[in-house]
Amino acid sequence: MSIKAIQISKTFGTFKALENVSLEVPDGKLVSLLGPSGSGKTTLLRILAGLEFPDSLETSRVLFHGKDVTAAPAGRRGVGFVFQHYALFKHMTVESNVAFGLNSLPRKERPAKDVILTRVCELLQLVHLDGLGGRYPSELSGGQRQRVALARALAMNPKVLLLDEPFGALDAKVRKDLRRWLRTFQEEIKVTTIFVTHDQDEALELADEVVVMNNARIEQVGDPQTVYDRPVSPFVIEFLGNVNRFVAGVGSETKDREKDVLYVRPHDVELEPEDHETHAYALKAKVQHVFSAGNYGRVALERVGTREPFEAEVSRERLRELDLVPGRVVSVIFRHVRLFPKGEFLEADIRDGSLVASTSSFSAKTMYS
Amino acid sequence: MNDTSDSNDISSAFGRGGKAPRANRRVLPGFGLSLGFAVSYLSLIVLIPLAGVFLRASEISWEEFWSIVTSRRVVASYKITFGISLAAAATNAVFGLIAAWVLVRYSFPGRRIFDAIVDLPFALPTAVAGIALTTIYAENGFLGQYLYPLGLETAYSRIGIYIALTFIGLPFVIRSLQPVLESLDKEVEEASATLGAGRWRTFFRVIFPAILPAWLTGFSLAYARAIGEYGSIIFISGNMPLRTEITPLIIVQRLENFQVAQAAAVAAVMLVASFAILLVINVLQRWSESLGQARG
Repeated sequence: MSIKAIQISKTFGTFKALENVSLEVPDGKLVSLLGPSGSGKTTLLRILAGLEFPDSLETSRVLFHGKDVTAAPAGRRGVGFVFQHYALFKHMTVESNVAFGLNSLPRKERPAKDVILTRVCELLQLVHLDGLGGRYPSELSGGQRQRVALARALAMNPKVLLLDEPFGALDAKVRKDLRRWLRTFQEEIKVTTIFVTHDQDEALELADEVVVMNNARIEQVGDPQTVYDRPVSPFVIEFLGNVNRFVAGVGSETKDREKDVLYVRPHDVELEPEDHETHAYALKAKVQHVFSAGNYGRVALERVGTREPFEAEVSRERLRELDLVPGRVVSVIFRHVRLFPKGEFLEADIRDGSLVASTSSFSAKTMYS
Repeated sequence: MNDTSDSNDISSAFGRGGKAPRANRRVLPGFGLSLGFAVSYLSLIVLIPLAGVFLRASEISWEEFWSIVTSRRVVASYKITFGISLAAAATNAVFGLIAAWVLVRYSFPGRRIFDAIVDLPFALPTAVAGIALTTIYAENGFLGQYLYPLGLETAYSRIGIYIALTFIGLPFVIRSLQPVLESLDKEVEEASATLGAGRWRTFFRVIFPAILPAWLTGFSLAYARAIGEYGSIIFISGNMPLRTEITPLIIVQRLENFQVAQAAAVAAVMLVASFAILLVINVLQRWSESLGQARG
């Protein structure tokens, strides 16, 4: 089922949680709402679920498959909701938890007891918890509880599955496994799924589409590749992955300078020995630390002159070749930079020693000044 | 499967099950010392004085004891005391739950004041409460003047006792429930709502099991308090033998007549009965807790 949210605003007291947010989710997609805490992502999810309502029921609209559900309560929307802290019924067995929704149906629509039981068994099999139906939630691990919560939400055959930081309370290993499992699982049952997270890796790895939120607004919507490679705002580039930030000098007026910011991903930073044939766009930096554990070597650097700190990611072989030690000065070339002068977006590649910029007014001299 | 046995080990290490082997180290030391203190304190304050009651009661012969505690007037007083206390505690359980719910769930002007007023029956001398209630509920009193024409004799009657016992028992239920209601997980209710459960179903199947132990605690405290109440009742009940005479009053009367052994005999019966009732409620409470918390 496709979901459409139109001009959603929500305030709590004086706090603006959502400001005129519109979002469209196509049928069967796995979408993540990504943002820092307080960005409004959970509020948006709860409004979609019917657990919260927009400030105005006139101007705001929530459409499920074209049908207006703006004022419909949670129980009438046919959504499955999974809470961050599972919200299982502690005094009920796993089986009763999963059967709760079916048992809540009005008597006429309620399936027979043995039908419910069969369905519960199926669901527990689906989430790999067969045989644990008689347990109580307190007898399960965190990952198992989360899967019970999922089975419980799926019992009603929801058209939409909403998950609020579903892996937030789990440890790293379980988190990763469960993440993969959810991905394949969602592909199998093809239910439109929206999940909230503040973990960029989770969003980029799991989602078909990432909705980046900040400050009660949506900053960017796109597939993981797009939001990572073509961020539309400084916020998105800073929030997704590591990035080096330089205050750049585009624009001739001094007062504008502070607003111009240049971003370089650590893997777009190239290091050469200091005496390397001087490159038109090279700058000098001093090595501070070298971290060589992991797939890549990370080098912490400090720009000579301005003392701006930044980071480079180089392969381990390259690290050995360069023989970097703290205190050594190196030549630095940025392979790919993104510049945000006063909200405008510029992108530049450096190839074979020449700058290929998307805007002609962009010059290397102003870039580093 | 491993998680469960692990969590079992952890919980028993904290001494929850009491089945932990002696070698288990506790996080807080001093079990022996604190247990010794608790037992001697309990003995000094509660057990020894109560044992005195049985000692005094044993001064008379068994036949004498039996005839005293089963005499018509005394048996009638048991019925009044235990019966009306039960009715009052049950009333408090229902209305206390509603009041606690309102105090925790909603914010309205004057909530703080209302919340503070709840404790007044704790603090007020019971005699003051009795006199005040009698004044209000008497035939020509502020409320009595409207209730008497309806056939409700609210003073000098069993209804009067019921009113006084409800008054003094109210805070127990509210104060027992409040912290539990406050700590209820809102998400669990929302989960119930997203699964299509209506408000009643959410309340009875999701919220109620979670607050049941605290609710029973409040009920048993209110009941216990009502059984032992004396000060306020003697003003409002009229103390008519067989009709509105409570057991504590009989005990006091015997004492005033220097019939100490007789008083002790009645007191002993009351003690045993109260203990049995509280024990039953306690067992119920454990059972409801095991429902709510499941096994760890």
